[in-house]
Amino acid sequence: MVVIKNIVCPICGCLCDDIEATVEDNKITKVKNSCSVSATKFLNYYKERNLSPLVRKNGELKPVSLEEAVDRTAEILMNADFPVIYGFACSGCEAQAVGVELAEEVGGIIDNQTVTCHGPSALGLHDQGMPTCTLGEVRHRADLIVYWGSNFQESHPRHLARYSASSEGRFRKGRKERKLVVIDVRKTPSARLADLFIPVAPGQDYELMSALRMALQYDDIEEESVAGLPVEQVEELAEMMRSCEFGVLFYGLGLTMSRGKERNIDMAVSLVRDLNKWTKFVIMPMRGHYNVTGMNEVTAWQTGYPYAVDLSHGYPWYSPGETTFTDLLRRGECDAALIVASDPLAHFPKNVAQNLCKIPYAVIDPHLSMTALAAEVVMPCAFTGIEAEGSAYRMDTVPLPLRKVVDPPPGINSDEQLVGMILHTIRSKRR
Amino acid sequence: MKFKAILLTGRSLKQGMGKELSKVSEKYMESVSICEVHPKDAEELGLKEGDSIRITTQFGSIVVKCNPSQNIDKPGIIFIPYGPYANMIMGPDTDSTGMPSFKGLSAEVEPAPGERVLNVKELLSQHLRR
Repeated sequence: MVVIKNIVCPICGCLCDDIEATVEDNKITKVKNSCSVSATKFLNYYKERNLSPLVRKNGELKPVSLEEAVDRTAEILMNADFPVIYGFACSGCEAQAVGVELAEEVGGIIDNQTVTCHGPSALGLHDQGMPTCTLGEVRHRADLIVYWGSNFQESHPRHLARYSASSEGRFRKGRKERKLVVIDVRKTPSARLADLFIPVAPGQDYELMSALRMALQYDDIEEESVAGLPVEQVEELAEMMRSCEFGVLFYGLGLTMSRGKERNIDMAVSLVRDLNKWTKFVIMPMRGHYNVTGMNEVTAWQTGYPYAVDLSHGYPWYSPGETTFTDLLRRGECDAALIVASDPLAHFPKNVAQNLCKIPYAVIDPHLSMTALAAEVVMPCAFTGIEAEGSAYRMDTVPLPLRKVVDPPPGINSDEQLVGMILHTIRSKRR
Repeated sequence: MKFKAILLTGRSLKQGMGKELSKVSEKYMESVSICEVHPKDAEELGLKEGDSIRITTQFGSIVVKCNPSQNIDKPGIIFIPYGPYANMIMGPDTDSTGMPSFKGLSAEVEPAPGERVLNVKELLSQHLRR
């Protein structure tokens, strides 16, 4: 038995780096400091698992050798006019880099789960920039913490305790020295923890942020209510934000997925920029998948763009709405795909998912998923951060090392190795 | 009897835990095949926890389990966790951003006595691979 400390958790963008795991006979039997989601992963990663490569034959997925699965995947990508390499938000940066290389080799799109989480944040960032900081600075200094459209207690269960309102920092000692505001359309478990809960009307976040910007300038708001809230409450919140010493606005998919999308992010950044006339204020997206931030970083340093990059021209081309996987599928433009550690059939709208079912695609994933069940090829891989090492970027773009805690099952490779095998096979066939 | 609602989707703790067991596990599918409704809305339709309800939008219709919840603090708002059930009734347009509108869709809610929630293979065969 061995106890391994300071493991980085491969669940969400918090990348909590204090996990302790007890390993017996190459299996994790106990875990400490985990949230409930993390504990579920660390204690169940080896269960309900497909360990055989599968290829569809006569309509059914059949076990095959890894060589056959890799070969079939290479054929699918080589025979396509416009393939998409998609996923990687639950992969290490090393696998992501090979993914970009593969997309360049086959002349396709490289895209990732950003498209259905913080894609609008990237677009807002292009327009406005983003006055931000690290989570460490929030922990040490923030006396006002605002979560907007984020149910952090269920999406990032340790965010509050490790990095924000309940954390103990150098200059702010804990919950009593900080104010917590939650703005949301539901009274979530997170909202119930707040000193002030602002129940914004669905789809009216943009209006509320506009009104807050007016209230900050002491402009008259010529309405009795805004976004379902009395104007007095808007003014009270503006005063709270203006008078703090270090404020942070953490925002979630409540802003990126709602009416306005990237315009909501423009407005949120503008609000924070305005607040910096009065005090120190920063903004940070609550990134979901543990290394979706890393995929944006890797794709950006390799192609110049954070997601939805078209490499079919021989140079990178970026045009969200045109080169995003959702839109390519909606229009029926892509004709093959490699999906890595992602389940788009379960997470894309029906009409988009239906078009994915019409094209040949391969899946690399530690688990079976709805997307795997309808694939041409399925290749099981190791869990990065448990069975394979790698690197990941926390939501504040701080890179951290992912550890190999146990060995993967015999014959199971990392996603980095599998994507590399596909790339090598394609290059060999083309020589 | 039915009522009109604004449909929201999002994370839940059970969904988060379920997906780590596997995206085709019973626990995951159970965690994402529910719909939170305001207790008053549930009462008006005579619904209790676990009853089948049909949610319909302009893009489709799906049966899930009713979950009257204190998370919904206003009547006329409903919530389904991210996952295949919610996505069977979402629209494909992205407003040129890549991002579909996963929150704020108009929907109708009605009791669906005798109807059951589809499993993962049925969702695939009846909704996606036709």
